[in-house]
Amino acid sequence: MSEIFTFDNVRFLAQGLGMTIMIALITIVLSIFFGSILAIAKNYGNKFFSKLASAYIELFRCTPNLLWILAIRFMVPIPPLASGVLSFTLFTTAVVAEIIRGGLNSIPKGQFEGAASQGFTFVQTLWYIVLPQCFMKIVPSLLSQMITIIKDTSFLWAVAIEEFTGKSMILMGQLRTGGQVLCLFAVIAGVYFLLNFTLSCVVRKRQEKSAI
Amino acid sequence: MMFRAFMDGPFGPSKWMTLFSDFSEIFLIGFFTTLKVASLGLCLALVLGIVFGVFSTSNSKILRTIARVYVEIWQNTPLVIQIFFLYNGLPRFGLVWSQFVIGVIGVGLYHGAYISEVVRTGIEAIPKGQYEAAASQGFTYLQTMRYIILPQSIKIILPPLTNQALNLVKNTSVLAMIAGGDLMYHADSWSTYKLVYGPTYIVTGMLYFVICYPLSKLAERLEKKSKEDAPAPVGSDDAGKGGAEA
Repeated sequence: MSEIFTFDNVRFLAQGLGMTIMIALITIVLSIFFGSILAIAKNYGNKFFSKLASAYIELFRCTPNLLWILAIRFMVPIPPLASGVLSFTLFTTAVVAEIIRGGLNSIPKGQFEGAASQGFTFVQTLWYIVLPQCFMKIVPSLLSQMITIIKDTSFLWAVAIEEFTGKSMILMGQLRTGGQVLCLFAVIAGVYFLLNFTLSCVVRKRQEKSAI
Repeated sequence: MMFRAFMDGPFGPSKWMTLFSDFSEIFLIGFFTTLKVASLGLCLALVLGIVFGVFSTSNSKILRTIARVYVEIWQNTPLVIQIFFLYNGLPRFGLVWSQFVIGVIGVGLYHGAYISEVVRTGIEAIPKGQYEAAASQGFTYLQTMRYIILPQSIKIILPPLTNQALNLVKNTSVLAMIAGGDLMYHADSWSTYKLVYGPTYIVTGMLYFVICYPLSKLAERLEKKSKEDAPAPVGSDDAGKGGAEA
């Protein structure tokens, strides 16, 4: 145990974990931004934009994330971190758009009519009335998506981006005994578990609160 | 000049020619491996999902705990780590499986945990009174499940279940990371070997799309249908404020 988790190795792993969390955070922020645009385009846009948004969502829903990770890494000449963020933002945007659409659809029609009667323009209605309520409702779903992103960043090891899984696997290659390997696997899984389980507990709390 | 650039570019005709000359040997074989892993994995996930889903709604605390532990561990750790463990970890203890078997078991266990939650939600949506009514008519627990609860739950379960099937197909691509011989593996290794990237990704994407798009449409249809079938919740007109029972 103490042979594996020397100061240097722990720092090495922590760098990977930092990278994982950073990719996840940047991705979720960008995806909420682009996802909102996509959701609004699909729900309220004219026929062309609505169809375009649907096509984007369907395309990413029906192709594996790993395909986009590979395609971006090998075809777009940007540094590893940016490459990871770009590919994750591309497919997470499609998922987040659907989450936001679910939120938008749950806002009663009356709110639009009420806002219109008070002289709000459509954009003002969205910005001041509909979107704030929508986002309050979808916080649990967005946090669940955050868990998915944190887990899926491990796919980035396929293109040698050294996030947490990558760093762990590099370390794994230096281990000799089966016991050490088992130990490291337990620790990696444990770290992911703690991170995601904490998030999922928050999700459950929020869901219970909104159910009452 | 433009013409030259197009001919030699990443999407030039020669690249497509190279791809199609190897299409049946590389891509189709990978495609069928992916289909096989996905269908066997789905069968395993369904069995696990139903068993643990029923466990987590049973009266026995031990069964509920077992189901909870399974679901939490598998849902909160990455599939890649689980697959790596089966591929790199287990052989150290004398347990060597082929990549195909690892794919089926890995993806099956991972999505089994999700399906278990889907099944649990479906069962919990059935009012408690039905159990009591069934018990009063002399139904055993298993009979109640088989004849009364599950047939009703299935309508609630089907849309998210189809979504899980779709995600399962996409997630079989994890096999590429352990040289699993699936579509993504062949696409990745072939493209790096022949230096044909663009067309490879397009064709590979289309092959996955062929499997996933019908599933996506099916999920959409089922969702619409289950919404139409469901009775309107009481007071749904004022659902704006804290009335989100869904």
